[in-house]
Amino acid sequence: MIEGDCIVQIRVTVNGTTHESDVEPRTLLVHYVREELGLTGTNVGCDTSSCGACTLHLNGEAVKSCTVLAVQADGEQITTIESLAVDGVMHPMQTAFMENHGLQCGYCTPGMVMASISLLNENPNPTDAEVRLGLEGNLCRCTGYHNIVKSVLACAGAMAVSGGK
Amino acid sequence: MIPAAFDYKRATSAAEAIALISEYGEDAKFLAGGHSLLPLMKLRLAQPSVLIDIGRLRDLSYIRDAGDHIAIGALTRHMDVENSTVLAEHVPLLAHAASHVGDAQVRHRGTIGGSIAHADPASDLPATTLALNATYVVQGGNGTREIAAKDFYIGFLESALAADEIITEIRVPKMAGAGWNFQKFNRRAQDWAIVGVAAWRRGSESGVALVNMGSTPVLATSVSAAIAQGASVADAAKLASADADPQADLNASVEYRIHLAEVLVRRALDASS
Repeated sequence: MIEGDCIVQIRVTVNGTTHESDVEPRTLLVHYVREELGLTGTNVGCDTSSCGACTLHLNGEAVKSCTVLAVQADGEQITTIESLAVDGVMHPMQTAFMENHGLQCGYCTPGMVMASISLLNENPNPTDAEVRLGLEGNLCRCTGYHNIVKSVLACAGAMAVSGGK
Repeated sequence: MIPAAFDYKRATSAAEAIALISEYGEDAKFLAGGHSLLPLMKLRLAQPSVLIDIGRLRDLSYIRDAGDHIAIGALTRHMDVENSTVLAEHVPLLAHAASHVGDAQVRHRGTIGGSIAHADPASDLPATTLALNATYVVQGGNGTREIAAKDFYIGFLESALAADEIITEIRVPKMAGAGWNFQKFNRRAQDWAIVGVAAWRRGSESGVALVNMGSTPVLATSVSAAIAQGASVADAAKLASADADPQADLNASVEYRIHLAEVLVRRALDASS
């Protein structure tokens, strides 16, 4: 076995489209999504599973894609920030971030939005404290946390009104 | 950062995983959720030549009432431990401690067996299962055996697991109405504990374990012995570091850790009493 010689074929459904790819086992999911599939909405921040900028959904749950191998996503469903807006209409979470000034420089925003949607999937009606704790894995270095929390709470309220749509 | 190159094998059963690790030897590592191993590999602190992926052994993901104890499959994720109604009823300390591991994203991937096998003294679940007098069921080339949590942790990131063994199940005695508490002191959300304490108490019986107070998770037997002899919580807590060997690091000096341990053990036992 020569180092680096091993190639694994994976089949991953990303935003509803199934891709078959040959990857080195050490390929991180975030690099696969960004470089192989060209979906650069998912950002690389710290690269050490601290900051959450690379958060996307694996089978509907938020994960840090810098700490998942692409081979671990074989056969699974991936959702990235690019899939949220449909026909130019933003996801309620995106709208809530926009309306509540939930972003400044915007670098953490894709990860924040994906983590926030996962949070509401698990806890549709969180308190302020639960949102803060639920987003502990996402860092905003503009420190715009108050408006991010406000955005998530506004989205929870909006989704409750619309029956989760 | 990406890990150094490695070969990748996927196991479809525990038996196949053991056969694969026997084939590839000591340079191979098991991959479960990967949330302890992959960060080490990025930093080249671990550089296995082969990863044997056991993350798809779904039959090792379960939480079952087994009479006097709860049986937890090694591949059960932290999030599932945290949200388990069975654990909430019978071992609430463990469910609560699991909610303190990393952050939501980490808990969606990390597994209880992986955390224990990694044997990090700064991790929450090794110490918590130690306090709870858990038993780990392991399977290897020579069959299945049980290892008591108190005999499992040997050194820094070092356990009694043989190279060809995997943890398959964690057995945690039911707490039977014992009071409990979990203390985790850190500076930043989602961080490892600078010092942590998992504790339970039922009258004169107690279990207290310390996070990040030495090269292994530490069972504070001196504290429990003092409680058993009728000492006050405040007096017992003075013995918090008697069984520990804390190290200094960026976050805390030895003296500060010893101080924290006493304060946190006192708080934990006060809340458990």
